[in-house]
Amino acid sequence: MKPRISVHKFSSCDGCQLAFINAGEALLELATLVDIVHFAEAGPVDPDAPVDIAFVEGSISTQDEALRIRRLRETTRYLISLGACATAGGLQALRNFNARGVEDWSHAVYARPEFIESLDTATAIARHVKVDLELWGCPVSTRQVFAAIRRLLYGALPFVDNEKVCQECKRRGITCTLVTRGIPCLGPVTRTGCGALCPAFGRDCYGCFGPGENPNAAAMARRFQGLGLLPEEINRRFHFINSHAPDFLEEGLAWREDRP
Amino acid sequence: MSEPSDRRRNIRIQVPVLARVEGEGALEIHARDGHIQHLCLRIFEPPRYFEKFLEGRGWEEIPDIVARICGICPVAYQMSAVQAVEQAFAVQPSRWVRDGRRLLYCGEWLQSHALHIHLLALPDFLGFDNAIAMAAEHPDTVRRGLGLQQLGNDLIRMFGGRSVHPVGVRVGGFHRAPAQADIQALRSRIQAALKDAEDLVTFTAALPLPADEQTFVSVSLRHEEEYPMNGGRIVSDRGLDISPEDYEAHFEEYHQPHSTALYSRLHGQPYLVGPLARLNLNHDRLSPRSREALSATGLTLPSRNMFHSLIARAVELLEALVEADRLLADHAPPDSPWSEVTPRESEGIGCTEAPRGLLWHRYRLDAAGRVISARIVPPTAQNQGRMEADLRHSLEHFGLDQNDESLKLRGEMVIRNYDPCISCATHFLKVRVTRA
Repeated sequence: MKPRISVHKFSSCDGCQLAFINAGEALLELATLVDIVHFAEAGPVDPDAPVDIAFVEGSISTQDEALRIRRLRETTRYLISLGACATAGGLQALRNFNARGVEDWSHAVYARPEFIESLDTATAIARHVKVDLELWGCPVSTRQVFAAIRRLLYGALPFVDNEKVCQECKRRGITCTLVTRGIPCLGPVTRTGCGALCPAFGRDCYGCFGPGENPNAAAMARRFQGLGLLPEEINRRFHFINSHAPDFLEEGLAWREDRP
Repeated sequence: MSEPSDRRRNIRIQVPVLARVEGEGALEIHARDGHIQHLCLRIFEPPRYFEKFLEGRGWEEIPDIVARICGICPVAYQMSAVQAVEQAFAVQPSRWVRDGRRLLYCGEWLQSHALHIHLLALPDFLGFDNAIAMAAEHPDTVRRGLGLQQLGNDLIRMFGGRSVHPVGVRVGGFHRAPAQADIQALRSRIQAALKDAEDLVTFTAALPLPADEQTFVSVSLRHEEEYPMNGGRIVSDRGLDISPEDYEAHFEEYHQPHSTALYSRLHGQPYLVGPLARLNLNHDRLSPRSREALSATGLTLPSRNMFHSLIARAVELLEALVEADRLLADHAPPDSPWSEVTPRESEGIGCTEAPRGLLWHRYRLDAAGRVISARIVPPTAQNQGRMEADLRHSLEHFGLDQNDESLKLRGEMVIRNYDPCISCATHFLKVRVTRA
């Protein structure tokens, strides 16, 4: 029997599912290797069917989603979070700062754990259930997703690259935007996987793949300060697409001007 | 699970998860005595509050933020947004930037229309549950579609690095101009695909599309010379002809409890945006090649049959390729891929044609160029009222004596005609979240 997979959507833009839908011929080939039992956008609908691998796109932002993810965890052997929303809450997690912030800023700064179960928030899948593999990126790429599936199908553990954008950028021989042009690039602290896309376009990396391994976010922030960024601007660099990835969350909070 | 064929029976149809649409929606139909008593297209996709968290963000961040409203049409969001911010800062992008943006938009129309035709809509007409099953029996048709989709994605990639949430667009222009060698290579592929696109137009027109004439108002942009994408006035087939700045004086939004997306009305009535509305209002602006392909189908315009939106999408897909070929032929490297901009306290409006229809943005910015307030009106929200009116009419016309399975399928087909992007539709709504 072929392994069974499913693709589930929570609060998201649908962009990570496109890693499958934009795969072209590879999608047809995938369908010969596995049974796709639930993938509403592509057609099959059977959300409660037991599967070997469930791919989850999006963050949890409603009570219904919180219940749905628990049900899903019980029906899948392996659960993979797909992209920034599922892995770190995504761009919409910015509302977590606003939810109580207007009434009481100190909550926004100190009350991180309390956000988690509140439905005012958009939270990562791993805050609710065990996640077996996290794929970062806004969006994830077809290459990333299919490489993970291939490895799992052959019984190998998926390889997760924790390297920084900076290293990939150097290997590609791209002129450093930060050093040569003083542009506040997040490449030194951001996880690789995009192909150093933004620096290749002569612009700043904005951290859409989340923090790399052991990022020195504090040093990065001080460098931005040296470039003339205001605290508010430094805060916004870290509190963007992956604002709730712990390293970016903490560094962003450190530069909030309303921090007591 | 066929039901007795009694048109007076009580019918309760629930489609809890709509398949082959973008985002999450459901359909509920209750009918009795041969009439639909209650029908609602439930949009329960949670709101993501984009308009709220845009507040306080810098003008440079806007294109990267709004792209995330929709993974399928991020370019459209970037196009309307940069247009609005450039208006606010009184910047006139260069001719090269203007052409580049039209090329980028051609890429998005191409990939989005190819995706919708082949992966979302076509299985209905060829009798399959999904495109993967369909590919086993119609491999050439599916491969042609996937190839066109890929080409659209590659065109976006050339200007934006990746097709989902591209990184190349900035206020004032592009971060980088494409390499001349890449342009030549892509142009050859586009020329090679023109025949496929023409065949696709013929193919969609030959499908057994239901005849279902209805009365509705078409709304789209209209440009002096071109088929509308990045500019023009907002027009309707009832004589509306306004500048995008006057949008709010004519269109209003209202809220229904069963939907997390707002409904739109034009002078109190629902209306249609998207490929069929655009084609109805702008077929005289098509290139000769697309016009020829269209006239060979025998389709008379304006069309009042929403099932013709499939043909309209194929015609627009061809037009996107013809336009891309023309623009790439004229392409010369620019002196600079962007114009410098200076923030100032102001307001700007942007309105472009997303693959699914009119996409209107307004931003108020402070002296440093930070967002004070934002308003975004996406196409699917505008189509919501029209979709429900269409469903009522179509299903009664189809015949409530049909069994539940057939009614359910027909309802889904009607919805797919609009290619609703539910992820987009909900993201601008400010609802109060109640705590459990």
